[in-house]
Amino acid sequence: VMNDIIGTMFSKPFMDELLKPQQLYSHRTVKTVLTRLAHTSIMRLNPASMDRLYELMIMAFKYQVFLCPRPKDLLLISYNHIDTIREFVKDTPVVVNQVDETHRKIIEVYSCLSEGEFQLLRQTLLIFFQDMHVRVSLFLKNQVQNPNGRFALSTSGPVPHGGDVPGLIRTFDSKGREVRRSEFPTGGSYTSPIREGSFDLHGDRVIRLGMNMYTVNYPEDTHTSKALSAKTDNTPNLLAKEELNLLARLMGSMKAENMPKAEPTFQINLFTADLEEEAGVSGAAEESLFGVINIQAMQDEQAASELARIAGQFAEQEEQPENSSSNKGDDLLAMMDDL
Amino acid sequence: MYHKEKSIQIKNSASALYNNLGVLRIAPRRLTYFTVVHANVVNMVSASWDGLNYSHRQLQSKEPNVATSTSLIMQAAFCGLPSRDLLVVTSQKGIQMYESDGSIMVYWHALDTPETPTAQAVFARGISAVWENYICVGVSSGAILVFDVPSKGSNITLSEVLEEHKESITDMASECSGSQECIADLVSADDGGNLCVWKAGEEFQLLNKIPGFDMSCSSVKLWKGTVVAGYGTGQIRLYEAVTGILHAEVNAHARWIYSLDIAPFSGLLLSAAEDSLVRVWHLTMTPETNSVEIAHLHNECVTDTQICGAKFCDGDGYAFAVTGYDLSEIIRYTQS
Repeated sequence: VMNDIIGTMFSKPFMDELLKPQQLYSHRTVKTVLTRLAHTSIMRLNPASMDRLYELMIMAFKYQVFLCPRPKDLLLISYNHIDTIREFVKDTPVVVNQVDETHRKIIEVYSCLSEGEFQLLRQTLLIFFQDMHVRVSLFLKNQVQNPNGRFALSTSGPVPHGGDVPGLIRTFDSKGREVRRSEFPTGGSYTSPIREGSFDLHGDRVIRLGMNMYTVNYPEDTHTSKALSAKTDNTPNLLAKEELNLLARLMGSMKAENMPKAEPTFQINLFTADLEEEAGVSGAAEESLFGVINIQAMQDEQAASELARIAGQFAEQEEQPENSSSNKGDDLLAMMDDL
Repeated sequence: MYHKEKSIQIKNSASALYNNLGVLRIAPRRLTYFTVVHANVVNMVSASWDGLNYSHRQLQSKEPNVATSTSLIMQAAFCGLPSRDLLVVTSQKGIQMYESDGSIMVYWHALDTPETPTAQAVFARGISAVWENYICVGVSSGAILVFDVPSKGSNITLSEVLEEHKESITDMASECSGSQECIADLVSADDGGNLCVWKAGEEFQLLNKIPGFDMSCSSVKLWKGTVVAGYGTGQIRLYEAVTGILHAEVNAHARWIYSLDIAPFSGLLLSAAEDSLVRVWHLTMTPETNSVEIAHLHNECVTDTQICGAKFCDGDGYAFAVTGYDLSEIIRYTQS
């Protein structure tokens, strides 16, 4: 499934289309694009599941854009995504190549933007996320989101790279010499910036946003999951249970109407209490969550061709005319039909 | 020093845009108008001073061609001229000017927007009334459009285009102290942090250019010949407008500054940033030594909110109002 989705997503025509200058898409368009992407694999999502999955994805994306320290760090967050994706498909050189090519293209298109332009980009994205306050159990658990759905903004910690720790007032004379320094109470506890992440094809991105939320790299996650490990089956949080069920249905159930029989034999455990605690390699956790899907997808030759036929039919059914007069994203959708 | 008052609820949440709060005080009618931008709509609230009456209005951005793209609004601000007050709304398509209550649109200026979107965004941003009869608006190319505004009616004309900035205009401000002896009338800021100081007239004259340090200046104010500039690094800098001498530098905020405002009669300065903090400062001028000092007075934290607009509600700074991204209210504070 991973290889199919990533292979399609990182195909040259798709990426070229995405990287053209264009206006913000509507939610409807983005959801349709993501649904089509998901369906290029053998995964099948009913509308309700897709709606929930979409909400989860959008809230995670909103979290990353909202908390992005400097506007330029949007690139580092994207590179974190790409690094992780590369890990998923590292055994398929063809797809790795596609990912690398896309990464290079992104570097080429975005590296020359100024901070002000990145901020405009971020402000535009924030319009897309405006007024969405869906509560995500993982975020609630890690206290990055409040019960009212809003993300927590800390008034402590390192300032973004290139910034100064607040608190200092410097006064100068007409010759430019500093004549006085004074301090003021900031109402927070800020520290110096940490080193800047790498904007190259490979490198340490430093920033944590954009890394896989479901790995053990989150110290808070590890901490709380240890506490929960004794009672993973009795999670009192109904929202979390619902989400786990949703994902299990999405990935495990091939029981959609016209599907040939495929036996799901794997389990999903998102709260990685039981998984290996290896620090650093996010790939390790990935494999236990997703590697199994790979195996299932590849082996059934007949299913694959049957599914390809079904995918074709499915794509046609989705050709509902957009009600709004806008053609935002239509080009992209039209092009996806050719994939 | 300040305490929180009852908030004003608005119809939509505020978008993350620089200087996203407009305030116009109408003393004879004991009312204050507020404007907050949400995507392609301006939310206007008229609030009576006794706190009993609120009326709401929404203004849409204008889309002259039945275009396939909506035009996002970049800024809405009140321009107070001696003869009249106008509400100016700038968007990706152009500039709309309304009577101050938002009831009638008196002028529309379309920007040259390309057929298909280009990598460089096109929009207008940065609004200021200047002198007796000018309204200046900045453009993404760095140009500044100077409009000549008659004392009444809709015969507004484009008087001049100032081409000095090479990067998108972020904000503009005119001298607000009310003093007649000011040399500098207008300051403009851009995405590279560059500041231009102008003298108004039939032909605007560039008095000084203060270079930036590659960091966007998102908000700027001009008071008693001093430029107060807020930057993406969270720094506030005070410059003498005409000479460019740096008077003071404050490491004010931990994140991008989104709004600055000055109460001209008291010299109070308000700064607000994405770090969720609003800070109140006091500026003092010592003409003998030609020095300007800035002292910190007060902090307000709007929990978990990236602030996008903060303005004093009166010339003394007795009260101020704040807006934040995703927040559907205007938060108000009054001196204790």
